[in-house]
Amino acid sequence: MDLFIRYILIGIGNGAVYAALALALVLIYRTTGLLNLAQGEMALFSAYLSWWFTTHGVPIGLAIAFSILLSMIGGAVIERVLIRPVTAPGKSHLNVLIVMLGMFLAINAISQLLFSTDAEPMPKPWPSVSSPGDPVGRSARLLDIGNTSISWAVGALALTLIGLCLFLYLLLQKTKLGLALRAVASNPASARMVGINTSAMLMVGWALAAGIGALAGSMVAADRGSVSPGLMTVVLVYAFAAAALGGFDSPVGAVVGGMIVAIAESLTIGYVDALSTIELVVPFALILLVLLVRPTGLFGRRVVERV
Amino acid sequence: MNRTTVRVVVGVLVAIAVLYAPYYFEPVWNRELSRAAYFAIAAMGLNLLTGFNGQISIGHGAFFGVGAFTSAILVDTHGWSFEATIPAAAVLAAVVGVLVGIPALRVKGLHLALVTLGLAVLFPRVGQKYIDGAGGVALVRPKRREFDSLLSFLADDQWQYLETVLIAALLFLLAWNLVRSRVGRAMIAVRDQEVAASTVGINVARVKVGTFALSAAYAGIAGALSVMIDRAADATNPLLAFRNSIEFLVAVVIGGTATITGPAVGALILVLLRRHTDGLIEGKEVLSPAIFGAALITMIYVLPEGIVGGLGKLFGRLFPARAAVPATAGAAGPDPSTTTTTPTEEEP
Repeated sequence: MDLFIRYILIGIGNGAVYAALALALVLIYRTTGLLNLAQGEMALFSAYLSWWFTTHGVPIGLAIAFSILLSMIGGAVIERVLIRPVTAPGKSHLNVLIVMLGMFLAINAISQLLFSTDAEPMPKPWPSVSSPGDPVGRSARLLDIGNTSISWAVGALALTLIGLCLFLYLLLQKTKLGLALRAVASNPASARMVGINTSAMLMVGWALAAGIGALAGSMVAADRGSVSPGLMTVVLVYAFAAAALGGFDSPVGAVVGGMIVAIAESLTIGYVDALSTIELVVPFALILLVLLVRPTGLFGRRVVERV
Repeated sequence: MNRTTVRVVVGVLVAIAVLYAPYYFEPVWNRELSRAAYFAIAAMGLNLLTGFNGQISIGHGAFFGVGAFTSAILVDTHGWSFEATIPAAAVLAAVVGVLVGIPALRVKGLHLALVTLGLAVLFPRVGQKYIDGAGGVALVRPKRREFDSLLSFLADDQWQYLETVLIAALLFLLAWNLVRSRVGRAMIAVRDQEVAASTVGINVARVKVGTFALSAAYAGIAGALSVMIDRAADATNPLLAFRNSIEFLVAVVIGGTATITGPAVGALILVLLRRHTDGLIEGKEVLSPAIFGAALITMIYVLPEGIVGGLGKLFGRLFPARAAVPATAGAAGPDPSTTTTTPTEEEP
């Protein structure tokens, strides 16, 4: 039983990361109708950026904040410079897909060129116990329930996700900017007609997504203890599974999907020996299952197409 | 000179160049060109699926891998002759293609790209778990003599080159005939407007799954041929299938989507580009994907229809399909709608 709870806790920790990255994917999907394949590599760049700040004496919390800000600027620039010219209503998705694949390759390579090609130790923005020979230390214990102890890592990741959700909820539902963002997502033409600057909103959408990705990337690097060039590729697959499960246009779905995918993953690792080393089958099977049974996802809207 | 003459002349010149190449180049370059040929087959398969049928896949590296391992394992442990394994590789890849194609009926566009991306990421992991090559890793290396030349007057590299090119030519001919047939028109109709296609009696599901299977079979054949050229089927690198998938798609887009010669041109450029960027700067190997990615993005801006698509437009202007009527020639020039050769325009 203790073991079971431990697997669930690991799942919740990972789920928070997957959910955060899935939220970034959902934000871009809602505003532009695109699935950003380069989201993971953008987050990797941001995670390296956080690490780079810490090597220059900036405390980790502040470093992540700086990284988020810079990433948001970067996200807006990417939308304006790279994505906008190849997207237009009625245009084939193929060109924008190629541009994203180009970004995928280029951003990963640029991160390695600018920062490091090796795994670099990432300090944790939550209390940790350091030990000799281990530069970043292990996460400290947050609290004990019965025989099971919850580490700070799980707590901090879950709290980050809750904070992020709250922030997004307030932003999207309670501010004028959020109203404009939702308007552009639901009907760009009408939004433009009532005086919303749609092109600025697209940039804001990408900036928000890049910022969330920076947060998710830095947190997952801190949780794993290091940031390395291959860090985000697998996380991205899980995030895509989470977003597909929840429905690509639903933020609630992204969070629920992230948790389901991650808990399924950790239980598979724990209990299903037949799938050891290929636990990636789980998100893939989940994606296929959802697409077959309910293509709009658990929380997605059905889109009616006009012929 | 009219269009047909120009086409025939260009075609004959290209054919002569392709057939003369193995006698002109060193073995190293013959291998590189053979690589381009099998790459072209995989790209053609993807072009049938993506270009002519509108289903985007970034998982063809997995079908390629299925073909490669089928061929390598049959040759290495079951003693088949290499040529006999090619149909087996095609069939097995097609079966996997059907298995992926059926769920793909429910999703379109970027969503489909995502599902197939999962396939590419998954393939090497499954391979590593179940394929037990030499030394316990997912790497099967058939013996070198399995691929020796069967004709005494051809050196091994020339034989391998000619075999690959011959199969590629046959498959390109098949694709060319297919897309102009009833089935091909159904594929294009499904791409352009699925609902409208179904109202004129096209069985959309059958066309889509069938195209998926055919496309996977092309990738499988390419994979089998890659075993002959590279002398290994490899799933040790977790990102190899993904990288291959991207490169097939890139070959299609650089060459020209929904064109027949596009994938061949794209594959040739890609293989040459890869050879030159890989060793461009000493000690900075990571720069290669950066240059590759940047080149890709630039390409989309400069020539969105690919090289063959762009050249096709130019060709259409230089040699109009119908000789312009003298009275209106000065005023209007050739009508673009009759001269475009690529049916890429879509109704919004």
